[in-house]
Amino acid sequence: MTKTRLSIMLAAALAIGAASAWVDEPAMAAEPSLTETTGGPSAAQLLPPLPELVEMSDLPNDNGTGLVVTWTAPDTTVVPKSVFYRVAIGTSPDGPFYPAGEVNARLGLRASSNPAIFGWSPKNEGLQFLVVRSYLVPSAAPGGEPERVGIEPDRTYFAQFSVVSGGMEATLSNVLVCAPRQNWFMWTKLNLFVFLVFVGVVVLVFIELARRNPNMYIRKIAGLDAVEEAVGRATEMGKPVYFVHGLEPISNISTIAALNILGPVARQTFKYETELKVLNNDPIVLAVSQETVQQAALDVGRPDSYDEDKVMFVASNQFSYAAAVEGMMVRERPATVLLMGYFYAESLLFTETGGHIGAIQIAGTDAYTQLPFFITTCDYTLMGEELYAASAYLSREPKLLGSLRGQDLGKVVFLGILALGAILELVGVHWFTRLVTPL
Amino acid sequence: MLVLKRTVPVIIAFVLGITAIAIYFIPHQKAQDLNETLALWDRIIAAFAFFLGMYSLLYIHGQRIRRRQAGWGYSAFVYVGFALMTGTAAYNRGHWVLVAPVPGGAYDWLFDYVFIPAESTMFAILAFFIASAAYRTFRARTIEAVILLVAAVIVMLGRVPVGALIWGQFPALQEWVMSVPNMAAKRGLLLGVYLGAVATALRIIFGIERAYLGGSGE
Repeated sequence: MTKTRLSIMLAAALAIGAASAWVDEPAMAAEPSLTETTGGPSAAQLLPPLPELVEMSDLPNDNGTGLVVTWTAPDTTVVPKSVFYRVAIGTSPDGPFYPAGEVNARLGLRASSNPAIFGWSPKNEGLQFLVVRSYLVPSAAPGGEPERVGIEPDRTYFAQFSVVSGGMEATLSNVLVCAPRQNWFMWTKLNLFVFLVFVGVVVLVFIELARRNPNMYIRKIAGLDAVEEAVGRATEMGKPVYFVHGLEPISNISTIAALNILGPVARQTFKYETELKVLNNDPIVLAVSQETVQQAALDVGRPDSYDEDKVMFVASNQFSYAAAVEGMMVRERPATVLLMGYFYAESLLFTETGGHIGAIQIAGTDAYTQLPFFITTCDYTLMGEELYAASAYLSREPKLLGSLRGQDLGKVVFLGILALGAILELVGVHWFTRLVTPL
Repeated sequence: MLVLKRTVPVIIAFVLGITAIAIYFIPHQKAQDLNETLALWDRIIAAFAFFLGMYSLLYIHGQRIRRRQAGWGYSAFVYVGFALMTGTAAYNRGHWVLVAPVPGGAYDWLFDYVFIPAESTMFAILAFFIASAAYRTFRARTIEAVILLVAAVIVMLGRVPVGALIWGQFPALQEWVMSVPNMAAKRGLLLGVYLGAVATALRIIFGIERAYLGGSGE
């Protein structure tokens, strides 16, 4: 430590001691002492009030790459606008310490704004915080750019907390210490985990119940009932049936739901000897569609009817796909167009072209942005979960019907939670909302 | 053979499905590293699948050209476009494929001045299709159609400057329609969608739903 810094420390200590004799407050010696690191007025005159209870701890629910520094929030009506709180990080208690972050004293976030870290305690309103994930280390090469180094798990870090205003900086003499740890469970998502387990258990229980009682009621879904009628229309007119997949890959649930509908549709077209064309946007969906259609031909005893060229990859680009499909529609004029999957802006291009050629159109999507277009331009529309229910509806398999019933029970429970939460919020009770809020 | 076609894929789906769910709740770096590895595998599979799609595309159009089927000229154009874009990308301004793409070449020109305008044209057609769909849809034959018509008029006028000139409250009314009844309906729909997606995902993970295997799934 230089002589200048030592003399400033002594002056500050004397000034603090003198000031404390005049104020009727607990002695400053009980709080961490302040060390001035630059010349200027003494610490006591620098920034009243100084932050108290400065602590550093591990950032919870993370992979051990974060630290959180907290301090008692200052009175924002008193602290000047130019005051900043700065944190510097080092790997040894004697330094060197490198800049890690700073916040404006007036604008610094309160702990109450981040319940994911601090919870919902009312005391959080009186704390400010700074999350530290890295610090700036000067470049080893002269004139080089400083390098940002990340916090590593299970390594002990030391921090200095400083108060900065104008050109002056005052550093708390006690060094903060903490070693971040990796966590194995994200406790902020506990409520989501509980909901997931609940829905899963309910679905599995109802699947088991459906095995014992296969005659489960399921309401009519007009779009799915109309599939047979639509295929029949194509047969009478001698025109093909088009099955158009959406833009999402096989990993999307709506694509899998669309494949569930393709199987029964393909079986009906083979039964009636109607031409079926399946248009794909994704190569893997193409492969699965080919298998599905081929199996459908085998199921109805017409393996020779399967033509691999009729289940084709059209284009992977959105509007190239739209242009190609529209061109095929206009040239071949299918009698029936089935649009199943997740669609984007091209949805209206398909349906308007289908309407122009006079085809009967059945659409099914969970893309809520495209539902209005489908509803206004298609003859039948499967909205959202009706698309997912298609496999159960068309196959009437007890296991699948049971899962639908379980899903409906889950929905009832969630609606009950929503209603109860809304009523409690209206009367000023917040603990229930906090219980179910995803963080 | 049935074990390879049915049982092994179901086991893989179960293991990876449970793993993906677990990763969501585990912040530990090992879980995140596994997540990145799985995402990398997914991209590698998609890259191989690209060749599958390319083969299918070229084969189908090649058959059409060979048989001189109706519209075979379009199929010839597919080949021309494919050769042009692939050739210019491979040429890479003389540097060929062993270096990163060099900007400013023929490929960039074709992309910026042919492909992008063509895509924009397709997107622009939507404006006319929306108008024609609206013309057919907004006929007040039933109560629901009347409600739809009134809501559509309020939203359309509320979102353009002329609406505020006609009546100063149109923007506020439009905001209310979008943020209250529309938002409520959207959330109700999404609640069902997400629960349906969870139930479908669970059926796939536990091997109850097997349509993704192709065939009848039995």
